[in-house]
Parts: sequence; C-alpha cells; structure tokens
Amino acid sequence: MNSNKISIQNVDLFYGTFQALKSINMDIPENQVTAFIGPSGCGKSTLLKCLNRMNDLVEGCKITGEILLDDKSINQMDVNLLRKQVGMVFQKPNPFPMSVYDNIAFGPRTHGIRSRVMLDEIVEKSLRDAAIWDEVKDRLNKSALGLSGGQQQRLCIARALAVHPEVLLMDEPTSALDPISTSKIEELCTQLKKEYTIVIVTHNMQQAARISDRTAFFLLGEAVEYTDTEKMFSMPTDKRTEDYITGRFG
Amino acid sequence: MRTKFDEQLNQLHVDLIKMGSLCEEAITLAAQALLREPGADPQKVFSLETEIDQLEWEIESHCMRLLLRQQPMARDLRSVSAALKIISDMERIGDQAADIAELTPYIADCALQNKLHIKDMAKEAVSMVTGSVDAYVKEDLDLVQKVIDQDDTVDALFNQVKTELIELVQEKGTDAQAALDLLMAAKYFERIGDHAVNVAEWVEYSLTGVHKSSEHHPALC
Repeated sequence: MNSNKISIQNVDLFYGTFQALKSINMDIPENQVTAFIGPSGCGKSTLLKCLNRMNDLVEGCKITGEILLDDKSINQMDVNLLRKQVGMVFQKPNPFPMSVYDNIAFGPRTHGIRSRVMLDEIVEKSLRDAAIWDEVKDRLNKSALGLSGGQQQRLCIARALAVHPEVLLMDEPTSALDPISTSKIEELCTQLKKEYTIVIVTHNMQQAARISDRTAFFLLGEAVEYTDTEKMFSMPTDKRTEDYITGRFG
Repeated sequence: MRTKFDEQLNQLHVDLIKMGSLCEEAITLAAQALLREPGADPQKVFSLETEIDQLEWEIESHCMRLLLRQQPMARDLRSVSAALKIISDMERIGDQAADIAELTPYIADCALQNKLHIKDMAKEAVSMVTGSVDAYVKEDLDLVQKVIDQDDTVDALFNQVKTELIELVQEKGTDAQAALDLLMAAKYFERIGDHAVNVAEWVEYSLTGVHKSSEHHPALC
C-alpha cells in the first residue's frame, strides 16, 4: 500500500459568495495516478489548482480547511518552493516563445542553476523522461513553437519535470491532442508514476479508466465518490456516480 | 440522452430472453421425446438447437458492437459482459438438449425410463432454466438464489437415477445398452442444471457486481 503524498482535509472554497468546493476530504497516494472526473463546473479543476495554491491569485477566492503535502501544510510553505515540488501541466500546451532547450532550462535557471553541464544534463533527462528526447534532440536550439501540439504538451511535461517536482498536476492534458499524442501522454503517465505522484483532471472516462489507480467523482463541488479506479468503473456505490459514468447525465 | 444505447441494451435483453425460452422449449421437447410422450418429435430439438446457435452468434456480435461503439461502464458493462457469459451457457444447454434427443432412438423401452426418476430430473432442469431466465428478466436476486439451491435437488435426483439404474441392470432381462443411454441422458440433465446455475450467477453479477468466483478472481468486482 502506497503512503499518502497529499492529504486534503475539510476543504471549502468560495469564489465570492459561490461555494465551489464543499468539505473535500481526500488522501492522494504517492506514486499513483489519481484521476478527477465530473461534469463541467463540478470543482475538479478548482481542487487541482488548490494543490499548488494557484487559486491564491484569484481575486475573491477564499479557502478553508487544510491541504498537507508530506504531512506539512502547504499554506505554511513558500509558494515558489511548493510549486517546485508540485508542478502543473495545463489543458492547452503553453511553451514559452523560446528554444526547446531554454524552455526546459528556464525553471532550473530560476532556481539558481547556471552550470552549462548541469543544465545540459537536466534538459536531456527531462526530455527523455517526457518521452520526447528522440524527437527534439537535433533541434534543441530551435523555437518550441514549431513543435506539434502533442510534442509541445510533452515539452511542457518535460519543463515541469526539470525542477524535480514530487507531484505532477495535469489539467485535461490531452483534450486538445490527437489520439496518437494522447496515447503517448497516457503511456508517459504510467511511466512517470514510478517517480512522481500524478493527479489528472480528465473529461475522458476511458482515459481515467486506462491510466489511473484511483478516481474521484465530483458533482456540484462535492467529492461524491473516491475509490479504486476499477471499482469506480465497474461497481460504483453512489447512484450519482453510476448515472454520470454511464452517460445518464452530464 | 442515451436513447440509442438504451434501445440497443433493450434489444440485447429481448434477444437473451428469446434464447432462454428456446432453451426451455428444447429441453422440454427432448424430455418428452425421451419419455416417449405422444406427439414428441426429437427432430424439433435439433432445429431449435440450430436456432439457439444462430442466436448465440447474433447476440455475441451485438455485444461486441456495444463494447466497441458505446464503451459501456459500470452496470452497463456488467450487463454486456454477463450477457456474453450467459449465452455460452445457454448454447451448451441447447447442445445438451440435442444430445438427449439423439439418444431417444436407442431407448425404445418406455417401461425402463418410467421406472426411473428421470422425468423429475427433466422437470427440475426445465424449471431451473426458466428460473434463471426469469431472474434475468425480473432482475430478481431471490430467484437467482432459488435456482442455485435447486441444483442440489437435481444432483440428488441424478444420484437416485444412478442407483435405480444399477439395481435395474442387476435384474435379469434389462437392456443394458438402454440403461447406459439413460444414464447419459440423466447426466445431460444434471449438466443443464449446472449451466442454469451459471446463468443465475451471471445475473447476480450483472445486478450486484459480485460473482461467486470473485474470491478467486478479485478483478471481477
């Protein structure tokens, strides 16, 4: 049994007067893929963003409760350190308008690494870990904007890995990608979980079923059901989960 | 919202019910032929068996299309996977009814089968198949349990028939060949009972997500 990497305790989140998350309690195990599913507006991306305090930047957003990373409250942590430990990949690939190499080296440089040898090592390892090294090794100094969508997304994963995070948050990382690129990212998730804890938001239930170990179903800001993925998709206990995953609503 | 999918699932249920009723008819006719009841015709069993085989193929294709195009989840997934298992057992029931019908030309002595509890076995086997199909139609777990419990009765009757046949064979003048054929017929009825139990257990899985074999194969639930 894997130990818990993240513990979410009694988290409520309000955007002004609107309550977007209601009493969320959830333990996210280390070195596993945890999927968040649910209809649009159910709070899954909001919760994901709480895990590296992205909501701190949202005006009028108020969060109560506690989120622990390795038993330490993330609110007590330096936010830059937190985001180094908890990286994020977004729905739309967002490479910086610079070379492939500089995209990957950006994070490590920000954290003070200046040695070219070290940076070379980090860039190669990150690109290898993100399964894109063979495709870009001959064009490291060319603009990252020239890569395909699938390559850009894996570049963004490599960029997140370059600062050695412990947790990788993915917000619908394949929704804008073709099936082959999607398959590469999914394969990557199952490889990366050996070293990282992955939390992924997806609208694609087959994707959640394929790659995740545990799945949480959200509805109207509530975590309705959170259990082993195989159980969730074969024998959910809550009727609302059953109705959602069988396409009766949502 | 999922009108087409619901229509396809309903069609699957209708086809399964039809296959179940063909099985019931095949066993009933096979038993009638074996017991030399007036008007019994073993040929009808063979044509029913062909129909059952054809339906199995059609339902299997239907399930594969559902899996491919609808990618069912949860209860829907269980329903389709249970259907795939149920039709295998029903197809075997059809085969065994035909096996019984094949034996009838060799058992001409009506007196012999009437000395045995084979008629009771046939009645129980038909009742179990009917019960398993009813359990599926009505989504009734009590009926599932009833079918599972009924298997003990069929097993006990099989042992009784065996004992009766041993006694008859020891008597002078008994047609030993016919006695052996009747033993085989009794075994087919006993196996039909086992297949009905399998069907009932898959109905239970479809409804609850729990199958008897789960303890050996935890991935099932």
